[in-house]
Amino acid sequence: MNAFFDKFKTNKPAAEAEGEGKVQAPKVPSDLWVKCSGCDTPIYRKVFEEKLKVCDKCGFHHKLSSYERISLLTEPGSFEELFTEILPADPLNFGEEYMTKLAADQKKTNLNDAVLTGKAKVGEHNVALGFMDFFFRGGSMGSVVGEKITRILEYGADNRLPVIIATCSGGARMQEGVFSLMQLVKTNAAINRLGEAGVPYIVIMTDPTTAGVAASFAAIGDVILAEPGAIIGFSGRRVIEQTIRQKLPPDFQSAEFYQKHGFIDKVVHRRMMKKTLVRILNFFNPKAKKTEDVVAEPEKQTVEV
Amino acid sequence: MILDVEKPLLELEEKILELIKVNESGKIDLSKEIKALEKKARELKKDIYSNLTPWDRVLMARHPQRLTTGDYLEAVFDDFFELHGDRYYSDDAALVGGLASIGDQTFMVMGHQKGKDTKENLKRNFGMVAPDGFRKAGRLMKLAEKFGYPVVTFIDTPGAYPGIEAEERGQFEAISKNIALMAGLDVPIITVIIGEGGSGGALAIAAGDRILMLENSIYSVISPEGCASIIWRDASKASDAANALGLTGEFLLKNGLIDEIIPEPLGGVHKDREKSYFAVKEAILRNLEMLQKFTLEELKNYRYDKYRKMGSFTEK
Repeated sequence: MNAFFDKFKTNKPAAEAEGEGKVQAPKVPSDLWVKCSGCDTPIYRKVFEEKLKVCDKCGFHHKLSSYERISLLTEPGSFEELFTEILPADPLNFGEEYMTKLAADQKKTNLNDAVLTGKAKVGEHNVALGFMDFFFRGGSMGSVVGEKITRILEYGADNRLPVIIATCSGGARMQEGVFSLMQLVKTNAAINRLGEAGVPYIVIMTDPTTAGVAASFAAIGDVILAEPGAIIGFSGRRVIEQTIRQKLPPDFQSAEFYQKHGFIDKVVHRRMMKKTLVRILNFFNPKAKKTEDVVAEPEKQTVEV
Repeated sequence: MILDVEKPLLELEEKILELIKVNESGKIDLSKEIKALEKKARELKKDIYSNLTPWDRVLMARHPQRLTTGDYLEAVFDDFFELHGDRYYSDDAALVGGLASIGDQTFMVMGHQKGKDTKENLKRNFGMVAPDGFRKAGRLMKLAEKFGYPVVTFIDTPGAYPGIEAEERGQFEAISKNIALMAGLDVPIITVIIGEGGSGGALAIAAGDRILMLENSIYSVISPEGCASIIWRDASKASDAANALGLTGEFLLKNGLIDEIIPEPLGGVHKDREKSYFAVKEAILRNLEMLQKFTLEELKNYRYDKYRKMGSFTEK
C-alpha cells in the first residue's frame, strides 16, 4: 500500500507548485523568473541557476534533473553513459495512455526511464553512478530502474569502482505491479555482492526518497548523505494522517528528522555535496587524495555536537 | 462475510435444507427433488469457485474466517515455541515467530499475524508490522542461520504500519535491511503467502528461495483501493484496480514472480482446515527437499539468479 509516486502531496515538483498561490504573487514572466517552492519568493532565473536551484532566502533545494546532477557532481566531460539500451514495457497492459506518458517523459527528460547510469570522475576518483530523475514518472521504480541500478552495482563490483547513487523517487511503479516490487530484492542482493567485493557504496538521498526506493537501495548505503529538506520515509504523509487521524508536524520525515533519528550520516548543502563526496572517497582510496581536498572544508576536524 | 458470487449457492443450500425438513416430516416424499438440487448445488459451487474474479480473490484473502499465521504454526508443525522481541526496543505482536519442528527437522518460522476479532486485531494491529516486528524477524533469521535451520515465512498483511513511531524508528531501513539479509542468508527460505501480500510490508519477510501462494491469496505492489484512488481518484473502483494490478497467483506464476500455487478447498481454506494444513505442510516439505539438495554456494546463486531475472523491459 506504500508504493506509489504521487501521494507525497506536500512535495510537488517545482512547476506544479509555481502555479499555486498565484493570487498574491507578483506577475512575473515565467521564463525570466521562477518562484521558490519553499517561500514563494520570486528569483531571477539566472541567479536561481547560479545558486544551483537553491533558494537564497529559505534554503529550499529544488529538484534537479539527472543531467543537472551530473554537472553538479562530476568532472566536466568525464561522464560516460552506460546501459542506455534498456527500455520500459507495459507488463500489466495499462495501455496506450500509460505508454504515451512514458514517451512524453522520455522526450522531456532525455532519459529512457527514471535513472541515468554511467561512469565518471568525481575529483580524482573514478566512480560508477546512478542518478534518479523525478521528472520521469515521479522517479518511480519499475523494472528498468531496478535493472539499471542492479547493473551499475554489478559494474562497480566487477570494475572495483565505488558506486554513488542519488535517489529521487516516490517508490515502486504501480503500473508494473509485483514486477516493480521485486526490484527491491534484486537491487539489495546486488548491494550485498558489492559489499562482498569490498567496494564502497554511497547514497545521496534527495527530495523525495520514499516508499519502495527508501526501503531498498537508499536505506543501506555504507555512507548515507541527504540534501537539506528532502522528504524521506516509507509511508506517505497523507496515509499516516488518515491512519492516526491527526496532523503531522511540518518537519516530520525530513532529511534532518532522519539524521536526528540515526538513519542518515550527514545532511549536506548542495553547494558542498561534491567536496563532501571527494572527502569521503579519499578515505576509501587515499592514493587519489589531493591536499586541497582536505583544506577545502573548515569543519573537517570537528566532531559535531 | 459472504461474497456476492456466493449468494446463489447459499440460497440454494437453504432451500435444500427446507426441503429436507419437509421430507423428514413424512408428509410428502421429496427425496428425488432433494437429490437433484444437491447435484445442482455441487455444480454451482464448482462453477462459482473456479470463476472467481481478482476482486473476489481480494475479498477471500481478507475473509474474517481465513486461517492466519498462528493457525498454520500450530497445525502444520509438531511443535512451536514462540520467541519474543527485537532485542532493541520492543516486541511487535503483529509479527510472530519462533522455533518449530516437523519430526527431526527444526525450523525457524515467522509471519504477519492478523487478529480473529476486533479485540485481537487491536493487539495485532491488523497484521501491520512496525520496524520492531521486522527487526524481530531479522533477529530470528540470523538465529536460524547460526544453527543451519531452514526459515519458513507466512505472509498476511495489508502493508507495513503507517504510523509516527514506525517512521521515527526507520520503517524503510527495517524493511530494506531484512530484504538484504534474506538475499544473503546462508539457509534455505520458504515463503508461503496465505492471505494478503501487501507490498513492502509483505516483502520484508517474503524474499524467499521458493515463493508459494495459496490459491485465494493476493500479492500486490499497492492495495486495489490505493491504486484506484490514484488512477481514477475513486477508491470505490477497487475491483477495476484489482483486475489491473496482476495480483493473483495465476498471473504471478505465469510471469515467474512466484513458484507454486497451493490449491485450496472449494470456498477457501477455512471450509476444510485439515485439508488446507495438509496441503501447506506437503508443499513446505517438498520444496525444502528440493532446496536441501543444493550446496550453500548453489543455494545462494539460485536465489540471486531467481531475483536477478525478475523484471519486464525491452532491450534495443
